[in-house]
Amino acid sequence: MSIAPAALSPAARSLAGYARWRWWELALFAALPLSWLLLPGHALLLKDIAILALFAVSLDLILGYAGIVSLGHAAFFGFGAYAAALFAKEVLPDPIVGLAVAVAVSALLGLATSVLILRGTDLTRLMVTLGVASILYELANKLDWLTGGADGLTGVVIGPITVPFTALAGFEFDLNGRVAYAYTLVVLIVVLLISRRLVHSPFGASLQALRDNRLRAASIGLSVPLRLVAVYTIAGGVAGAAGALLAQTSGFASLDLFDFHRSAEVMLVLVIGGTGYLYGGIFGAIAFKLLHDLISAWTPQYWNFWIGLFLVVLVLVGRERFIRPWTWFGKGARP
Amino acid sequence: MLTLLFDGVAYGMLMFILAVGLAVTLGLMNFINLAHGAFAMAGGYITVLLMNRAGVPFLVCLPLAFLGTALLGAVLERTLYRPMYARSHLDQVMFSIGLVLMAVTAVDYVVGSMQQNIHLPEWLQGRLPFAAVGIGKYRLFIIVACAVLTIALQWVLSRTRFGSRLRAAVDDPRVAGGLGLDVNRIFLLTFAVGSGLAGLGGALGAEVLGLDPTFPLKFMIYFLIVVAVGGTTTITGPLLAALLLGIADVAGKYYVPKLGAFIVYSLMIALLLWRPQGLFARMGAR
Repeated sequence: MSIAPAALSPAARSLAGYARWRWWELALFAALPLSWLLLPGHALLLKDIAILALFAVSLDLILGYAGIVSLGHAAFFGFGAYAAALFAKEVLPDPIVGLAVAVAVSALLGLATSVLILRGTDLTRLMVTLGVASILYELANKLDWLTGGADGLTGVVIGPITVPFTALAGFEFDLNGRVAYAYTLVVLIVVLLISRRLVHSPFGASLQALRDNRLRAASIGLSVPLRLVAVYTIAGGVAGAAGALLAQTSGFASLDLFDFHRSAEVMLVLVIGGTGYLYGGIFGAIAFKLLHDLISAWTPQYWNFWIGLFLVVLVLVGRERFIRPWTWFGKGARP
Repeated sequence: MLTLLFDGVAYGMLMFILAVGLAVTLGLMNFINLAHGAFAMAGGYITVLLMNRAGVPFLVCLPLAFLGTALLGAVLERTLYRPMYARSHLDQVMFSIGLVLMAVTAVDYVVGSMQQNIHLPEWLQGRLPFAAVGIGKYRLFIIVACAVLTIALQWVLSRTRFGSRLRAAVDDPRVAGGLGLDVNRIFLLTFAVGSGLAGLGGALGAEVLGLDPTFPLKFMIYFLIVVAVGGTTTITGPLLAALLLGIADVAGKYYVPKLGAFIVYSLMIALLLWRPQGLFARMGAR
């Protein structure tokens, strides 16, 4: 650091204190690549978890940090997926360029739709985000000459990964998913680092200020609409990246990506992991996928029931108490 | 053209009956209840099961659907919903999504995932030749039934003691409580009636809208549109919004079937951009 801590204002020092690297954060960042080395047999499952985690991190940016309740976050996920798949099919099969394109167009979609979330109440925003996702669903369904309609976009061939500016080239996606997982993991880590920088910056602090009290944030001179537009655009791009990764690693994009249950699922993931907490998405994704695998192995058709029950109980008990079983009984058990 | 308008009105009236309970829940307790459609589905299934398995006549089934779902609503309100009122909107959304998922899977498990058919009585089938336009008898029945219900609701809300209490509680629950009104009890009753109406709507609409376990998810957005566009402070707001929605949806699907539900969603977004508080919201309150 070039400036001595004493030269900083108290506010900047307190922000810098929050932004300090904790040991468990370092451990987490070390654990991500280790999982690639130590669990080669589970690469496909781990890849799905990483994509879901990325998606949840993106929702966390707008829901946890900016307080926008969105029921249509799958719009960006699906948009990124279709963009990546179409780009690979029609233009260039290179995955990294495709990913960049998908992120760019999803961020543009975020920018375009962010005007819709600036006004109104929680209910209005809920409706508008849900409406955007439904419109995209309908579009993907009806533009069947482009998207394949209800059959999904098939015949997508993704070329080998070529790392730009280096001699590393020719990583074909293999069947057991190790390359795909490594690719996803790199994107996840990069996004996490960027998001971490973002939420600890003054911009991130101002987001939390306007989440807690929009009126007060505006009256101390924060431009609320500009910040909401910015964070919505970024979150759109990140969700697009998650979708693009899914489409590229599976070579397929379908209508189901825009479906309501996807938006609900990612919200559930985030609630399990904790909102307004950068790593909530990762822990939530791990817990959710494991739970999913466990329940659907036991009752594949009706696993939604147990997820629903889990949600109801989680909310009724309160998430804070739910993950701390030792507070269930005894003194102070009632809220 | 006229037939289309007529169908649209019938569809809209049905939507209104289905969604009016939601409007009250939202307006009174500021509670976002995405599970409202589950009550409608319950009403539909009560009717279908009673008619097809027990042979109960259609007209007897309707009040039973109302009572059954009202009772269900009251029980759920008492046990599950009440602790949720003070929670954040995110919690409410998660909670009600959870309820919907449970309802959908439970019905799938008990009844099966196939589409359920209602066998209407003879006198409700067919069309009436009326001024050179064919009018479906059942559509007419729906319109008449819903209109009667709407007038009754309007009367209860504007003329009875309970109605004025309810309006007071909607306007400001805290002051209403301070004046000695039992807001909790008012809400229990209203929730039960709202769920009952949804159940009745589901029973009436099973023929028109189709009934399968995904009903609450399929129509959730429609109910929310009615409420969000119509506002929660009056009963005419949701009514007009529902009629608008019904006509736009039916006409859109008829004239430009390629666009499908596209029109409705775009219309909703445009309306909400223009008037975020709903079309007919009063200024000031809340």
